[in-house]
Amino acid sequence: MKKVYLDYAATTPVDKRVVKASEPFYTENFGNTMSLHSFGQEAKFYLDQSRQTLADLINAEPNELVFTGSATESNNTALKGCALRERSESKGKKNHIIISSIEHPCVVESAKWLKRQGFEITKLPVDEFGLVNPEDVKKAITEKTILVSVMHASNEIGTIEPIAEIGKICRQAGVYFHTDAVQSFGKIPIDVKRDNIDLLTASSHKMYGPKGIALLYIRDGVKIEPILHGGGQENGLRSSTVNVAAIVGFAKAADICKKEMSKEAKRLSKLRDKAIKNILKIKGAKLNGHPKKRLPNNINVSFPYIEGESLIIQLDMHGIACSTGSACSSIKLEPSYVLLAIGLKPEEAHGSLRISLGRFTTEKEINYLLKVLPKITKQLMAMSPFKNNEN
Amino acid sequence: MKTNNKVCGGLYTPKVMETFKNPHNYGKIKNASGIGKVGNIVCGDVMWLYIKVAQNKKKEDFIKDIKFETFGCVAAISTSSIITDLVKGKKITEALKITKDDIVKTLGGLPKIKYHCSILAIDALKEAIKDYNEKK
Repeated sequence: MKKVYLDYAATTPVDKRVVKASEPFYTENFGNTMSLHSFGQEAKFYLDQSRQTLADLINAEPNELVFTGSATESNNTALKGCALRERSESKGKKNHIIISSIEHPCVVESAKWLKRQGFEITKLPVDEFGLVNPEDVKKAITEKTILVSVMHASNEIGTIEPIAEIGKICRQAGVYFHTDAVQSFGKIPIDVKRDNIDLLTASSHKMYGPKGIALLYIRDGVKIEPILHGGGQENGLRSSTVNVAAIVGFAKAADICKKEMSKEAKRLSKLRDKAIKNILKIKGAKLNGHPKKRLPNNINVSFPYIEGESLIIQLDMHGIACSTGSACSSIKLEPSYVLLAIGLKPEEAHGSLRISLGRFTTEKEINYLLKVLPKITKQLMAMSPFKNNEN
Repeated sequence: MKTNNKVCGGLYTPKVMETFKNPHNYGKIKNASGIGKVGNIVCGDVMWLYIKVAQNKKKEDFIKDIKFETFGCVAAISTSSIITDLVKGKKITEALKITKDDIVKTLGGLPKIKYHCSILAIDALKEAIKDYNEKK
């Protein structure tokens, strides 16, 4: 059976060029960056070089990047690290964190944990497209506020947030601004200096690098409390033996993204818009997220009276891999809070489908999806008690 | 890409997947003897069961025909199909003896988190029979 992977927002295959770049660092240049001998120093050289490449992609300085094991770790470190440090520095006067209501679970859960440690948390609403209103950020900031965390682009609905405006507001107010850029890093331009970003999270496996490696950009001057204590690697901010092979791969992946970004963004946007246009021809189909301020590779649609898990499994039976915000597909049996936050009814959230394109997506694959999807929705609709509903 | 067919459908057994792929008895019955409507669209599972009741030679009520309409996940659609297979042709007294465990067993197991779907199927059948009894 033909296999079509359209779940690049979940993870991406490692680019062969990345595998090739990493390979020697498993077998030959395997040294520990903390060792003084030539093995260690060589590893350190490539670590520094990789750090420079990754910093260049977002206009940061190399000493402002800390490597971590995952975006979850980066986001946990950003929120907890800033919150704990600032509360202690301000002798308890500052204790307020602001996040948006569509953040990734690792931000939401970190904020919940901080709440249990006595911090105050404000969750900002979003509009029907998933956009945070910068004015809401301004209004929410108090003299107790430590940090604002708003993602650059939504992992579910692809909406690109106005981070430059939010960054400006935060800088003027003297509070830290963190953005989770996992879905946008390498796909659309980011400039931490221009956009007044103090902390930024990015992950390798979403942009054709290996899993198990991510970064946290921490602007020079921003103080955070480390989560992991030990040998003092990464400037004391993330103790652990440095995963040089993965970092070299991450940097190679970033380098490729940088070179191919504008061309690739155009190619994917075209495929995305073609797919959206045709999917919306299916009766009742509705686009979730912003029609324009949207990641080049994200499609999110809802089908009324069709349940997402059934849709995903049917697509899988046709070789097509996508994802859904349906409750039935989640461990908690609750529909996606992101879709509820943009005003979808639970029944609409159950019928959501996220299609995310990537480097190896072809027009032929999109055509295949567009051929299969209407058949499947029709088939599931035929089984639904609501098929005669005119809504 | 190398694939392992065993992992298709993730958490479901081959019997569940087969049933989901080729569900039996879906659709409506016009002039049904009873209809059972259960579930809630907010929760993502809605199951409607239609039964046509007739009498056998011994003048006992039996389920001559049964059809389902379901909005729901793979488990909801599979349990809907299985309950129609299990009760079709059975006397009402026998049909009422079927339990959620019978459904789960017939499907070769269900993930624990999806057990409520098998309960939904049993409830739908009970509601359809109740509806029939009330209309009688």
